[in-house]
Amino acid sequence: MNAVRTYFKTIWLGVYTALVGMRLTFRHLFTPAVTVQYPDVKLKLPERARNRLYVNMDDCIGCFQCDMACPVDCIYIETAKALPTDDLGITSTGHKKRLWVPKFDIDIAKCCYCGLCVPVCPTECIVMTDVYEFSEFNRHHLIYNYATLTPAEIVDVKAKATAYEKEQATKKAEATAEAAKAKAAAASAPTSGTAPASAPPAPPSEKK
Amino acid sequence: MEELIRSLIGDSILVYVLMAALPLVFVLLYALVTLYMEMKVSAHIQDRLAYMYTGWHGVLQPVADILKLIQKEDTIPTAANKPLFIIAPYLVFIGTYAGFAAIPFSSMYVGSNINIGALYIIAVSSIVVVGILMAGWASNNKWSLFGAMRSAAQLVSYEIPSALAILVAVMITGSMNLQEINQFQDGGIQNWLAFGGPLPIAKKLLLMPFTLTTFFILFVASLAEVNRTPFDLPEAESELVQGFNTEYSGMKFAIFYVAEYANMFLVSGVAATLFLGGWTSPFGSFMSGPVWGVFWFVAKGMVFVFLQIWLRWTLPRLRVDQLMYASWKVMMPFLFVCILAVGLILSL
Amino acid sequence: MGPQHPSTHGVLRLEVVLDGEIVVEVIPHMGYLHRCFEKHSEHMTNYQQVIPYADRMDYLASMNNDWGYALAVERLLKIEVPPRVEYIRVIMAELQRIASHLIAIGTYGIDMGAFTPFLWCFRDRERILDLFEMTCGARLLYNYIWVGGLSHDIPPGFVDKAKAFCKYFLPNVKELNGLLTFNQIFIKRTANIGVLPADVAINYACSGPMLRGSGVNFDLRRDDPYGIYDKFQWEVQVGRGEMGAVGDCWDRYIVRVREMEQSIKIIEQALASIPEGDVQSAVPKRIRPETGEMYIRTESPRGELGFYVISDGSTSPYRVKARSPAFVNLSVMPEISRGCMIADLVAIIGSVDIVLGEVDR
Repeated sequence: MNAVRTYFKTIWLGVYTALVGMRLTFRHLFTPAVTVQYPDVKLKLPERARNRLYVNMDDCIGCFQCDMACPVDCIYIETAKALPTDDLGITSTGHKKRLWVPKFDIDIAKCCYCGLCVPVCPTECIVMTDVYEFSEFNRHHLIYNYATLTPAEIVDVKAKATAYEKEQATKKAEATAEAAKAKAAAASAPTSGTAPASAPPAPPSEKK
Repeated sequence: MEELIRSLIGDSILVYVLMAALPLVFVLLYALVTLYMEMKVSAHIQDRLAYMYTGWHGVLQPVADILKLIQKEDTIPTAANKPLFIIAPYLVFIGTYAGFAAIPFSSMYVGSNINIGALYIIAVSSIVVVGILMAGWASNNKWSLFGAMRSAAQLVSYEIPSALAILVAVMITGSMNLQEINQFQDGGIQNWLAFGGPLPIAKKLLLMPFTLTTFFILFVASLAEVNRTPFDLPEAESELVQGFNTEYSGMKFAIFYVAEYANMFLVSGVAATLFLGGWTSPFGSFMSGPVWGVFWFVAKGMVFVFLQIWLRWTLPRLRVDQLMYASWKVMMPFLFVCILAVGLILSL
Repeated sequence: MGPQHPSTHGVLRLEVVLDGEIVVEVIPHMGYLHRCFEKHSEHMTNYQQVIPYADRMDYLASMNNDWGYALAVERLLKIEVPPRVEYIRVIMAELQRIASHLIAIGTYGIDMGAFTPFLWCFRDRERILDLFEMTCGARLLYNYIWVGGLSHDIPPGFVDKAKAFCKYFLPNVKELNGLLTFNQIFIKRTANIGVLPADVAINYACSGPMLRGSGVNFDLRRDDPYGIYDKFQWEVQVGRGEMGAVGDCWDRYIVRVREMEQSIKIIEQALASIPEGDVQSAVPKRIRPETGEMYIRTESPRGELGFYVISDGSTSPYRVKARSPAFVNLSVMPEISRGCMIADLVAIIGSVDIVLGEVDR
């Protein structure tokens, strides 16, 4: 008897639940659609939207913080020291710029859009914009070059920087040689006045 | 209709060709309309918009779809059985289209006024099974074969409830000629077989529960005939990618597609003819006539097609053994009881 | 059933031995989505940099992944986060749980052949993703829960929008129940299929809705609380065998549906009482934990998500191991699918709710 009851109950339930479902879907025929007809209608993204990166090079001080923060290493930066006589200006946040940035590439195809590079920038020059339509046909066009120096300027700046480095290095070497000479002279000549309590260790330099 | 054409072009074979081609024109136009309807109905049930670009709100999309299918490359897998592979879609379409010959579109037009119309339709729609089996076998793909076997089993086992339901209608009218069944129901909604037919009110009330049940079962069995959800396991993408359709592309796929829609209308048309009065108007003599007949018939057919589309997007799928259970253990017993009851009541 | 299949929920390969239509043996083959999460985390210069990678493990439940990892590192550092951070973390995790369950339910419907609930679930999920986008800018992989705090504070208007969402969502669950859950065809497809007895579930270390569907009343949020879960009132949902045996696919499914309702309860309670504070105040400038190890387990939508972090005293982790719930839950599949049919196999995979990103890491 129980089997007969289940048999009829199943049939009745099958028909009834199908009808309930049909009523629901019928009502949905008349609810307005939720589709946004892109690309005719583009929704406005919220202001914190994390999409394509943008770097304002005027504010970049070449600190490498974003390069280090990136988990996928998609930011490639090269800096060159500026001469003391060059004036690179001040960023909008008040930092004095001391480095030329001849190369600032972001491989936006590698970027995972995590936003870790944004809070670490001291001058807030790297931001995530709300641009999301930037597909290209050529993969290499997705490497964005943000540096604002012209190639001639880059060569010039790099050459000047290396020259300055060399100059500084030779000057330093001469200065240490001079200091060594002076110390040797002071050590061999009789001292007058206050003599140092403990003589500095004699460098293995030329003896008079 | 036949006389009309004969009077226009004289007595030649062309008359019969034209008579046979008229439903084809209808089927092709109807396929476009139904494609659009399915797309839009399914979209609005799901709270979304369907195509909006091709034409106003996408009305030209079915044309674009058919054009795309026609110009697609017709691939035939190397290991496939070529003759069978090529013939299969046409067989399916022939099986469906041949059924259109016996359905009366109006009091003036019926493709072929045969005495055994109902039997003919049941018989000829079995060719579809052969076509599907051929498609599954010739594709040389184990998933296609699976789908085809399941489909064959399903179609064959749901022919029986369909035939039994048609038998009930035939019993009440006493004739298998579909045109006569239609004329039997002429005169208004109360004469429709679903509500008992043009019989004295006492017999009608006794008959009504049985005819309504039969009508309902016929509709569900015809869903299974057409491979629509909840009976679309042969085409279920979850295991079988596309079932017996997997290897087909281009024009052959288009023919399968159109055949499926034509089949939908065929079974809707049969249900409408047998139980809802076909081309008769529900208001009796108001809005009735040969041309109005076409309108009523197509309208009733489209109501059923809409119902089939609506059901597809509402219900999940039945598993294959549950399908068989539903056919053999649920529909057939109910129909046997109905036949017994109707026979008894008619003899009172 | 190869790696590219419409219903294996990702790139999972199932080797199925069949006898006609009955399944004799199922052997899952994974690894198609292995992305070396654990190895990558050893090479990050910084503990915070691991969080985007942890997001991408179970990409449908990113907030829970972030929280698990951040919790492990916070315990290693022995720092406390401000109460405002705890409340917001709970809200985000519960919203994420609803989003993840919506996908599980929607895709389960599609596997069964019901196409409509999928789109309705996604429509609701869009509202949750809008909330997330408002807060942290991303819709799927958030990088929001940082070690020691959060990346952004919740914007003005978030609380109201979240409350509006809670009000909007509960009637939709009833609709979903009417369309799919109590539909007789769906019940026939999922009841008494893939029955997982409670002792088998415990022996195989299943967790989450798989375990609760088998009748075991165990939820990490209540039994091993982390964050401030002990301050909220909600009921742990357990499968009771209403439509068939205890522990069948329908039970697991209904546990998920009911868990969504309970999550709404938790969110409403949390939204009502968020304290003021600064969400970044406890984020350390330099993360350098002492040498040691820590294992933390959290309740992700799929089950017990565990993070085992070993630190060697430097700024980058020595080892990060993720105990992924989907991986462990998948291991029970051969056991429960013996003797079923192919169509049932699809039902069983759907009810385990695997995400291949988590299975393969």
